[in-house]
Order: sequence, then structure tokens, then C-alpha cells
Amino acid sequence: MSIGHLLIIAVASILVNNFVLSRFLGLCPYIGVSKQLDSAIGMGMAVIFVMTMASLSTWAIYTYLLAPATSIWKIDLTYLRTISFILVIASLVQLVEMVLQKTVPTLYRALGIYLPLITTNCAVLGVTVLNIDKRFGLVESLVQGFTAGVGFTLALILMAGIREKLDLADIPKPLRGIPIAFIVAGIMSIAFLGFSGLVTE
Amino acid sequence: MRTGKVFVKGIYQENPIFRLALGLCPFLAVTSSTENGLGMGLAATFVLVGSNFIISLVRKLIPQRIRIPCFIVVIATFVSLVEMVMQAYSPGLYKNLGIFVPLIVVNCIILGRAEAFASRNGVGLSLLDGLGMGVGFTLALVIIGVIRELLGSGKIFGHIILGSGYNPALLFILPPGAFLTIGLLMGLFNYVEERAKR
Repeated sequence: MSIGHLLIIAVASILVNNFVLSRFLGLCPYIGVSKQLDSAIGMGMAVIFVMTMASLSTWAIYTYLLAPATSIWKIDLTYLRTISFILVIASLVQLVEMVLQKTVPTLYRALGIYLPLITTNCAVLGVTVLNIDKRFGLVESLVQGFTAGVGFTLALILMAGIREKLDLADIPKPLRGIPIAFIVAGIMSIAFLGFSGLVTE
Repeated sequence: MRTGKVFVKGIYQENPIFRLALGLCPFLAVTSSTENGLGMGLAATFVLVGSNFIISLVRKLIPQRIRIPCFIVVIATFVSLVEMVMQAYSPGLYKNLGIFVPLIVVNCIILGRAEAFASRNGVGLSLLDGLGMGVGFTLALVIIGVIRELLGSGKIFGHIILGSGYNPALLFILPPGAFLTIGLLMGLFNYVEERAKR
């Protein structure tokens, strides 16, 4: 495993297969939390953090408890993947919340309500399932988890910037709010199509 | 009057996609063809009905404070079931839907219905509610699947509808087409609603 290989994973998950704009993961927070730049940044940071941690812990669980070849009890428990991953993510988010509250209260207040929302962000479960589907090792999973979060944050911040300007624009009444956000996302997605072919996984 | 209303509201009045804007990720990701859309709709309907049924059965046994984790476990169980059945009987569909099968767990519609309806109502009504929401979701998936497949490849369910004279707008089966279609459809819904009010 070389640095180049990791770099390809990073570029692929930030730009080419951007989690929001080409994989359609995490759309609810993408549309819901992109009204203001400040909250978009907060949400983005929280997602990056949880995605990295989730990649780490689900990799360990899958390798040592579920996969038949490498687990400690050598039984095929892969059918428990979905249920165990979602529980891990839910408890991880809870843990992160408690730790931040005790140790870095300023950050905790800044992230506020966005932390609990992350449990139901399908991008987090999505990245952990993708790690397994692609048979990634520990380092690869960590890189993909972190950069997928970065890609999500990038799309979220770009969108928030545009939507702050949209408030001042004269939009036909039926399209105001969510519909216009989707159309903007469509145009951004066309722009991101330009990155396809940059790297091939 | 209630029974019928519980079923119908999921289809139009509270359509999960067009009205509540819930469950958008699988909605946009799998609708590049009508067939995939229908498959996802049926899978989600099964999970909705199943989890609503179980949760309404045990709703009095679940302590208030840990209800969300309990709901998630029930939902995840049904999703795992769907995953295994689909893998065994329809491997092609399973491959097409990819990671969006396990992701039904975090589909906000399902947890939303568990929290808002099944944890407060009896078994019969909850079953109907799940069925109604599922049908509404499936219907929305099929509508957008038909539009995207027709414009993007000139086909519906894999059958050629628009002949060789039609030059397919490939954009519509690519990701941007999904965003544009849903945005414009929601706009259309709002427009029709406004006209009706007037």
C-alpha cells in the first residue's frame, strides 16, 4: 500500500465520487443544514469526526468479530453487519457527545444539535459499508472515512454559500425553499461531473 | 372514517417524498431505472410494515428513554431480512441497489413513522399506516424512475418507448438529472397546490 494509492482514495471520495453529489448520501442534512454558512461548517466538522471514528471502529468490529476468516471465533456472522454497524454508530455519536461536553465545551456548544442528528445521516453508515464492500484495510478505511467527510463538508459549505445569496434572489414562488436547493445541487453535480475520469479506482 | 384516512394520507397528503422530503438518499440514488425504483420501493414498504407492526405490538414494553435504539434494532432486523432474501432470490437487483439496501436502516421515513405513529397507535392502524406510507414512497419512486428512464434512455422498464428518432438526454440517468428532476417535480407539486387553493 503506497501513498499514491491512498491519495487516489482521497481524491476519489472528495471530488470524483463526492458523497453528496454523485453517491447521493447524506442528502437530508445537506438540504436541511445548508441555509447558513456557520451551521454548515459546524455540521461538516462533526461529520468528518464521526465518519473517521466510525470507519475505525466498524473496521475493527467487522474484522475481529464478524468476518469468518479473521474473527476470533471463526464463525460467519456477516449477516449481523447492518445491525451492528448502526448500533456502533449510534453509541459512538452518544460517546462523542459526552466526551466533548466534558472536555471541549466550546466545541460542544458550537456543534450543538448537529451531533445527535448524525446518527441518522446515511453518509456515515454508507462509508462504513463501502469500506467493507471494497475490502479496505485499516489505513485505507481511515483515509476513506476522513476524506468522505471532507467531501461532504465541501459540498455543504459550497451549497450554504450559494443559498445565502439565493435568499436575495427573485425566485418563482413554487420553487422557493427545497425545490430550488435541489436544482442548485443539480447544477453543482454537473460541475462535479467534470472531475470524473480524474482517477479510476 | 379514520381507518381509510390513515392509509390514504401516506399516498398524497403526507407523501413522504413530495410533502415531507424524507428518505431522499435512496430515492435519488436508485431511480436511474424504473425497475430499481420499484424494487427499492417494495423493500422499503416491507420494512415499514414489518417494523410498524412489531413496534406497535411492543410499544407499551419499551421504556420511553431508550425507545430510539429499540426502534433502530427492530428496523435493522427487518432490513437484514430483506437483504438476505433479496440476495438469495434476486441477486441482480441486490447488486444494482448496492449499499442502498443496508441503508434502508437510516431511511428517515421508517424511524419517523415508528416514532410518530406506531409507538402511539394500535397494531391494525400501524399496519395500515406503514402500508400507506410504503405505497406513497413506492409511487414516488416509480414516477421519478419513469421520468428519468424515459428521458435518459428512451425506455420504461427496459422496453424501448421512444424510437430511434429520440436522442436520449444522458444527463437524466446521471446524478445531476436526479437532482434537477426532483427539484422541478417538487416545484410542480407546489404550483398545483397553490392553484387548487385559489
